[in-house]
Amino acid sequence: MSMQIIGTYAVAVCLLLGAGFALVGTIGLLKFNDSMTRLHAPTKVGTIGIGSFLLASMIHSYVFSEGSFHELLIMGFLFVTAPISANFIAKVNIHKRSCDTPPMPPRDDTWSTLNVPLADRALETKAQE
Amino acid sequence: MTRAFRWLFPHPLLTVLLAVIWMLLQNELSAGMVVFGIILGIVITKTTAVWWPERPGNIRVGRMVVYCLIVLWDIMVANVEVAWIVLTKPNSKLRPAWIVVPLDLVQPEAITVLAGTITLTPGTVSADLSDEGHSLLVHVLHTDDPDAVRDDIKHRYERRLKEIFV
Repeated sequence: MSMQIIGTYAVAVCLLLGAGFALVGTIGLLKFNDSMTRLHAPTKVGTIGIGSFLLASMIHSYVFSEGSFHELLIMGFLFVTAPISANFIAKVNIHKRSCDTPPMPPRDDTWSTLNVPLADRALETKAQE
Repeated sequence: MTRAFRWLFPHPLLTVLLAVIWMLLQNELSAGMVVFGIILGIVITKTTAVWWPERPGNIRVGRMVVYCLIVLWDIMVANVEVAWIVLTKPNSKLRPAWIVVPLDLVQPEAITVLAGTITLTPGTVSADLSDEGHSLLVHVLHTDDPDAVRDDIKHRYERRLKEIFV
């Protein structure tokens, strides 16, 4: 009996924590005024928000029924894919030049997003004119 | 013997990973599931080996586990830090910056792990790689000292990754 009470409270705390972090992530997304800084709030705060929700789901399933570890898989996929979507959005920002121009790399010619293949250079200058 | 092993397991770590994912998907840990997971791991790696001709280098699993724990801890700290910045810093006082991190790592797998780690940890997002792969472009949400952030990334994560991917 007492185990179930502890479980209920643990689930409630996890849900509240997750909801709080998700809320902060959304506030950050709305508050910042530049597309690159906006990227920071959802990528990090969102990850731990969803992490807490999944933890709550796991505790609930272990305390009240047979238990499941599907959530570990969701968390694993989330941690692997979140940086990639962030990277794609950042690349789009650089490509459209909708952010401050990044400093040039010290050893190489340019950043790979800004690098235009030789065959396409003529097309690009034509498009800029 | 080693040749037979290589023929059966072109990517041993991928086989293990696929078997673990299969067991997590089935949500049960029984002998039958382990065997079927390993069979799947072998069949999938064998049939897709054509597109993965190079074997990735060996990694030190023990150090990788330590690294994962450090990163998990950093993710939690990072979340609280970023949440604090979001709630308390007005936009006018925010100082975002670009940072260029010169890379000593050469393996693509190691650079991918480093870029992922940077995105998941304190106020930094990895944005781009230079065209020859010698430096990484990182965006920082708020910093007073960009050089300190760069040294922190190099010292805390890259040094450890160099020891993992030998």
